[in-house]
Amino acid sequence: MKLDIEILLKELNEVKTPINIMEVCGTHTMAICRNGIKDIISKNINLISGPGCPVCVTSDIDIDRIYEVALVEGTITATYGDMLRVPGSKPEISLIKAKSKGADVRVVYSAMDALSLAEDNPQKCIVFLGIGFETTAPATATLIKEAKENGIENLRVLSLHKKVEPIMKSILNNEDLNIDGFLIPGHVASIIGRVGFDFMKDYGCIGAVAGFDGEEILYALHRIVQARDENVFDVFNCYKRAVRDLGNPLAMDVIREVYHETDVNWRGLGVIENSGLGINDKYTQFDIEKDPNYRSIMMQTEPSEKNKACVCGEILMGKKMPFECPAFAETCTPLSPLGPCMVSSEGSCAAFYKYERREGLK
Amino acid sequence: MCLGVPLKIVEIQGKKGIGEVRGVIKEFRLDYLREPKVGEFVMVHAGFAIEKIDNDTFNEIVTELEALNQKIMELENRYET
Repeated sequence: MKLDIEILLKELNEVKTPINIMEVCGTHTMAICRNGIKDIISKNINLISGPGCPVCVTSDIDIDRIYEVALVEGTITATYGDMLRVPGSKPEISLIKAKSKGADVRVVYSAMDALSLAEDNPQKCIVFLGIGFETTAPATATLIKEAKENGIENLRVLSLHKKVEPIMKSILNNEDLNIDGFLIPGHVASIIGRVGFDFMKDYGCIGAVAGFDGEEILYALHRIVQARDENVFDVFNCYKRAVRDLGNPLAMDVIREVYHETDVNWRGLGVIENSGLGINDKYTQFDIEKDPNYRSIMMQTEPSEKNKACVCGEILMGKKMPFECPAFAETCTPLSPLGPCMVSSEGSCAAFYKYERREGLK
Repeated sequence: MCLGVPLKIVEIQGKKGIGEVRGVIKEFRLDYLREPKVGEFVMVHAGFAIEKIDNDTFNEIVTELEALNQKIMELENRYET
């Protein structure tokens, strides 16, 4: 599909009625910043970064638990790389800090790498951190299924997977926010389909599944604005080359087989009902929360200390901009992050620090 | 974790696919694709192909990644001199 960018930009600069559009994908956050999109469209289009980075919304208590788990003797913690530096309730609590204290922490590219680790290290317990929205949930599910088929006994999974729909509904129900449209995360939509976002229509909200390059984001923004002007409240697929209407049925089947919905804690946002994916009883042998060796750690309910300076929660909900955080670019920087929005390479604060700092805005 | 990598399937071994992009070979899983075929292009996310893509999309993404890589190399050279 060839896009006439000049026409899109012209029309996006002619928007007179303010519109609030939120993105809920860390990659979109970065793409918007990297492409300078806010600077080339009308200021009446208010782009808001929402809670789209699954690393950013992992609660501090979960990070504290992960830290303790990693330090258990005989444990190999397998994780995606972006979890390494995320601080828990204190800056000194993180996987990289645990590693510096002697914990065996391995960065993996794929969930299936954890299976290889379990096969190669029969005397160790491999704990895989299942992080991500619906895009990575099938991968963790496949890991669990294959471990069971292969009779693997030394693998445990901490499922911190979350669903996008509940957090978007939470935002739509929030009276402080007034979101007219969403840029829908493309790869989540690859799994759950365009139809997975149809719930937005019940809220009179417009959605556009967006790709990840600058042109694709402009196209999706244009679609939302156009729909608003035409009073058409629908969910549009602007990333057809990678997203189908019904998504990926095979991936959805494995999600339904392995997981059930649970209430989970989102960093800075609190507990959101039915927003997490817990492991079904059929696969309970792999659920770290059921393992007696780790139960006391998993039953911790409160972080040891709350960081009062960090306002990641409000930033994640789009209520504040990064520069409105008192710690931003002062005590909280990419080299010494206080919260997940700065640590994660796709967090709002990291994106803002890298691309959007201006004179007078730190 | 969130990076999607486009690959061309060059070999299929059961549930595993071997993909190639600009001479780089990568293994990934095919569990979520219906009837994948050698020669098809896929989007790989955290070790799993999540969707098939067309040739144009593959080339566009690869071109973007190459431009990014070139920029990174320029910046590295600048800081070394």
